[in-house]
Amino acid sequence: MKKIIIYTVILFMLMYPLLVGFSNYYLTIFFMMSVYVITALGLNLLLGFGGQVSVGQAGFLMVGAYSVAILSSKVGLPFIVTLPLAGIITGIVGLIIGLSAARLKGHFLAVVTLGFGISVPQIILNWQGLTGGYSGMSVAKPTFIFGIHFYYVVVLITLFIIFIIYNLVNSSLGRAFIAIRDSEVAAQSMGINVPLYKLLMFVISSFFTGVAGGLYAYWFSFVSPNDFTLATSFLILAMVVVGGLASIPGAIIGAMVLSLIPHYTDQFVGLTNLIIGVLMVFIILVRPNGLASIKKMSFKNLTFGKKVGNKGVIKDAEIG
Amino acid sequence: MIAQIVVSGIIFGCIYGLAALGMVLIYKTSDIVNFAQGEMAMIITFIAFMFISKYELPYIASFALALLFAALLGAIVYILFLKPIQSSTPISLIVLTLGLYMIFHGLAGLIWGHSPTSFPRALEGSPFQIGSVFITPNEIFVVIFTICLMLLLFALFRFTKIGLAMRAAAQDMMASELMGIKVTKIFVLTWALGSLLGGVAGMLIAPTTFLHPSMMAEVLIMAFAAAVLGGFVSMPGAVIGGAIIGVFGNLVSYFVGSELRIVFVFLLIIVVLIIRPTGLFGGTQYIKKV
Repeated sequence: MKKIIIYTVILFMLMYPLLVGFSNYYLTIFFMMSVYVITALGLNLLLGFGGQVSVGQAGFLMVGAYSVAILSSKVGLPFIVTLPLAGIITGIVGLIIGLSAARLKGHFLAVVTLGFGISVPQIILNWQGLTGGYSGMSVAKPTFIFGIHFYYVVVLITLFIIFIIYNLVNSSLGRAFIAIRDSEVAAQSMGINVPLYKLLMFVISSFFTGVAGGLYAYWFSFVSPNDFTLATSFLILAMVVVGGLASIPGAIIGAMVLSLIPHYTDQFVGLTNLIIGVLMVFIILVRPNGLASIKKMSFKNLTFGKKVGNKGVIKDAEIG
Repeated sequence: MIAQIVVSGIIFGCIYGLAALGMVLIYKTSDIVNFAQGEMAMIITFIAFMFISKYELPYIASFALALLFAALLGAIVYILFLKPIQSSTPISLIVLTLGLYMIFHGLAGLIWGHSPTSFPRALEGSPFQIGSVFITPNEIFVVIFTICLMLLLFALFRFTKIGLAMRAAAQDMMASELMGIKVTKIFVLTWALGSLLGGVAGMLIAPTTFLHPSMMAEVLIMAFAAAVLGGFVSMPGAVIGGAIIGVFGNLVSYFVGSELRIVFVFLLIIVVLIIRPTGLFGGTQYIKKV
C-alpha cells in the first residue's frame, strides 16, 4: 500500500509539467513546495527528532541562496559544484550556531536562532562588496546534459534528500537524536556524546536548508536580501508543527499545504500571519502531533491539551 | 558626545528592561517564555491610542485604561491558550506563543493598518542641559518609572505572601497546590502583571518608534537580549541587562552603523552565553526532571 502511494506520487511529479503545459506559473508553485519540503525536513530533524528549537531557518536559506549567487556569478563555478558547496557553507554556519546550541536549552536557543535569522539579511544588506546590497544579485540559469528541464533536476534532488533523511532518522544517528530529545541525562548515561550530536543535528539540518536555498537562487536567477525574512522562519516552523513533529510524511504534507497559503492571502497584508498563527495555536492545543496523526483521528483522541505525552511522538518516529 | 550616547542608551535600555521584566516575571513563575510579549504590548498601545484619539481622553486616563486592558489581555491569554497545555513540552509552549505572536501581528495589521502613526509622550517639555548632556523631562520620567517598577516587583516577589506563592508555584506546581496555593490564580495574576509591564514598555517606546504593527519587533529582540543577559530569572538583572543592551546598541549605531545594531547585539548575546550559559545574573541552574 505504502509503495503504491509512493510510486503514484513519483509518477504524478514526472507527469506534472506535461499536465500544466510547462507553464512557468504552475512549475514555480511546485518548485516553492519542493524548497519548503526540503527546509521543513531539515527543521524537523532539529525540532521533531532532536528537540532543538530553531526560529532562524530563513537565515540558513539566505546563506545557501547567496552562496550559490556568489560562487556562480563571481567565481563562475558550474551548478554541480556550487549546489553542494552552498550546502557545505551553510553547514559551516550551522556549525557555528550549533556551537552555542550545544550549551543552551529551549528558550535560550530560540532567542539565539531568532537573532541569527534577523541578522543575516542585515549582514547581506551591509556587505555590499560581496552581495550587492539592496540591488540583489543575478544568477545565470543552469543548463543540464541532454537539455533536461530544471524542474526534473529539482524533483530528483528533492526525492534524493527525502530518501537520505528517511534513512538518517532510522539509523543509529536518528535514534541518538530521539534519545537526546526525550532525555539528555538518560542519553548521556547511555554513552551518547550529547554536545557532539547536537552539533551534528545543526550541521545536517543547515546543510539541506542551504541546498534548498541554492536551488531557489538558480530557479529565480535572482536573489535579494528580503527573500527570506522572519516571517519565512515562522512559516517553516508552522509547517513542521502543523504537519507533525518527528514525522517525515507530516513535514512533507505540512510544507506543501502551508506553502500555498501565502500565495492566496498575500494581497491582504497581515492575513497570512493571522492564518498561520491560528493554525499553529490550533494544532498545539488540539492535536500536538500534527496532521500526521490524523489517521488515528477520533474524538477521543482530541487532547484539548489534557493528556500530552510523548508516546505518540515516539511511535510516529519509528514509523518515520 | 559619548556621554549623550550613553545616556540616551540607558533610557532606551530602561524600556527594553521593562519589556524584559514582564518576560522574566512570566518565565520565573509559570516556566513559559512568552514570545508574544511584544505583540501584546503593541495591541495595548493601539488600545491606548484609541482612547486618546477617538474618545479624546487625557493621557493619564488612557494610560490607566490601557493598563487595565493589558491585565485583562494577559489573564485571558493565559486561561484560554497556556493553561490547557501548561504541563506540555517546552517546545509546544514556545510554538504556541510564537503562534500567538503571528495572530496578534496579523490582527493588528487587519484592524489598524500598517501606516505608522505618532503617539504622544508621557511628559511634554523642552530638554534641559546637565553638563554636556541634553535630557528631556519625559526621559527622566522613563528612567525613574522603570526603576520604581523594578523595585516594586522585586519587593513583591521577595517579601510578600503572593511573591512566596509565586516562587513556590514556580518550583513545584503540584506540591504548592497541595499546600493550599491556588496555582491557577497565581499564574493568572502573573500573566496579568507581565502583560501590564509589556504594555507600559509599549506606550513609552511608541513616541520614538511610531505606532504600527511591527513597532515592537526590534524591542522584542532587545528585550530578549536583556532578559538573556540578566539570566532570565533575575529582575534587577533584566533591567541592568536592558541598560547594557541599550548603551551597547547606541554605541554600535554611532561607530558602526544603525543597521548593524541587531547583528552586534546578537553577537554580544552569543558571546555572553558561550562564556556564561546562565547569563550574567543567572546563578546555578538545576535539572528538574530526568
